[in-house]
Amino acid sequence: MSRPVISVRDLVKTYGKVEAVRGIDLEVGAGEIFGFLGPNGAGKSTTISILCTLIRPTSGVAQVAGFDVRRDPSSVRARIGLVFQDPSLDGQLTGRENLEFHAYLYGLPAATRKQRIDDALSIVDLTDRASSTVLTYSGGMRRRLEIARGILHYPQVLFLDEPTLGLDPQTRKNIWDYLHAVRAREHITIFMTTHYMDEAEFCDRIAIIDQGKIVALGTPAELKTKVGGDVVTITTPDTTVAAEQLRAIMHLDSTEVDGTLRVEVADSASFVPRLFSELTVPISAVSARRPSLDDVFLKLTGRAIREQANTSLDTMRNMGRIWGGGRR
Amino acid sequence: MSEQVLTTPAVPRAQAVNIRGATLRAIIIIWRRDLIRYWRDRMRVVASLAQPILFLFVFGSGLSSALRGSSTGGLGGPGSPLQYSQFIFPGIIGMSVLFTSIFGAMSIVWDREFGFLKEVLVAPIHRSAVAIGKTLGGASQAMIQGLVILVLAPLVGVKLTPLGVVELIPMIFLFAFALSALGVAVAARMRTMQGFQMVMNFLMMPMFFLAGALFPLGGNLPAWLSVLTRLDPASYGIDAIRSVVLTASGVPTRVLDTLRLTLFGQGLSVWTEEAVLAAFGLLMLGLAVFGFRQRD
Repeated sequence: MSRPVISVRDLVKTYGKVEAVRGIDLEVGAGEIFGFLGPNGAGKSTTISILCTLIRPTSGVAQVAGFDVRRDPSSVRARIGLVFQDPSLDGQLTGRENLEFHAYLYGLPAATRKQRIDDALSIVDLTDRASSTVLTYSGGMRRRLEIARGILHYPQVLFLDEPTLGLDPQTRKNIWDYLHAVRAREHITIFMTTHYMDEAEFCDRIAIIDQGKIVALGTPAELKTKVGGDVVTITTPDTTVAAEQLRAIMHLDSTEVDGTLRVEVADSASFVPRLFSELTVPISAVSARRPSLDDVFLKLTGRAIREQANTSLDTMRNMGRIWGGGRR
Repeated sequence: MSEQVLTTPAVPRAQAVNIRGATLRAIIIIWRRDLIRYWRDRMRVVASLAQPILFLFVFGSGLSSALRGSSTGGLGGPGSPLQYSQFIFPGIIGMSVLFTSIFGAMSIVWDREFGFLKEVLVAPIHRSAVAIGKTLGGASQAMIQGLVILVLAPLVGVKLTPLGVVELIPMIFLFAFALSALGVAVAARMRTMQGFQMVMNFLMMPMFFLAGALFPLGGNLPAWLSVLTRLDPASYGIDAIRSVVLTASGVPTRVLDTLRLTLFGQGLSVWTEEAVLAAFGLLMLGLAVFGFRQRD
């Protein structure tokens, strides 16, 4: 890796007795798309807020774009772009005016200001709607405008905190296309958090964070090899007996998820016939597939990421989005 | 994805950060944003005339008739030509300025609630830019709202000279600046819109009633009321505006002097009053800057 754009060593953040971040180390290289994955409350937002100088770390070192977040926050801020979890646009201004506001705030030179705004709008395909007030934009368009705003001042790193939260799957995919376009065109490093495991596939490298610690770090493909072979899901009325028999007869550890059993096998094609001949419990369904990052998370933490219920804070946030979205 | 040719260079990275220059630009753009939003909301300018019209024509005319019938005679002593609605006209300008200033400042809380404030607070600028930009933005809106009231002058028999209007513009701006700074100093410390009702009831309305907008402060007020009115910065702003408006309208100095604000029995010059406003405004602006310095 060339000189890292983000480097973090032994980062800790505690709130009273609560340890939000418990010793994180990582390095992100120039031009990478780095995903920070984990369930709600794992410490993702806290970490990203420290890197953006919005929160001071309790201990540890974090450098972004060559500057220490604690000693030189202004220099860091001038070199990063931010897309927040919650919308932060002025609905009464037009798309272009929102970008102009940002351009002044970050001191873009007057000579290239307009051109730069035009370019940023065109990267996210909002040229046609630039003169409409943001109130008239859809959720996906607002996100795109925020991305355009985030890159406007030529930052070295674009931070996005859950950029696809609350968007429908089609729009989420769409946002990713734009992020890749941004990276290709701006030679920018992208650091983002998400709790959608499937989205991590779009990243170059990901770190899986759980309870304030990184439990795995690597490319999506590398992480998936942590799950050996294929994932087989077995539906049976008696999971306890089936799990015992899998262990006793076939020497396989299984995990129970939503009333089904999951096992990892090297070769599912030969495993499935054996399964039916050797287990005595009735089996009502079997499915085999390549491992996903959900499986990786399950394997590393023993919990499925989707089991995490939304916290009341998320619920409120979403309501704020619905009501706020209508008015601004 | 678009096929357009993008012409700005992709990688001219930000050079050394000049915080002072950036802060100055930030003040200007925050100010400008408020004016854009105000202009976009032109209906508000028209709608906001409703309350002054009620005060001037309904309340003002009603009380004018009542005073004419009373034994003490009109405002400003026996033989005074001054109508009550003429007297409150500068007070109604003050009311417009006061309400618009405080409401304008409260938009900070709104921005905080809806996330836009974050965009400003994470920028590589000094926090004071928010306080100063917002104060100037609110003051500009309030000044325009105050000046709009002047259109109603002929309808209540107030005559304005061009010179009078020229004098009024900076006066109303300074008044608006002082009140906006107060509003921003309060709003900087407010986290939710919930506190807004409190501000209305315990700041805006008392300031309005104590400011001498509706009754003369020079008369025989009970001591407690007299003290409270002198503590209200809006009293000084309205009194100065009243002095200019009524002089231009041809009200004799003798009559005017009986109605004007006094401090420890002394009449105040317009300049003194402006100085009080400026000092109050700067103090509040300082508190506002300090309010934003504390970490969000």
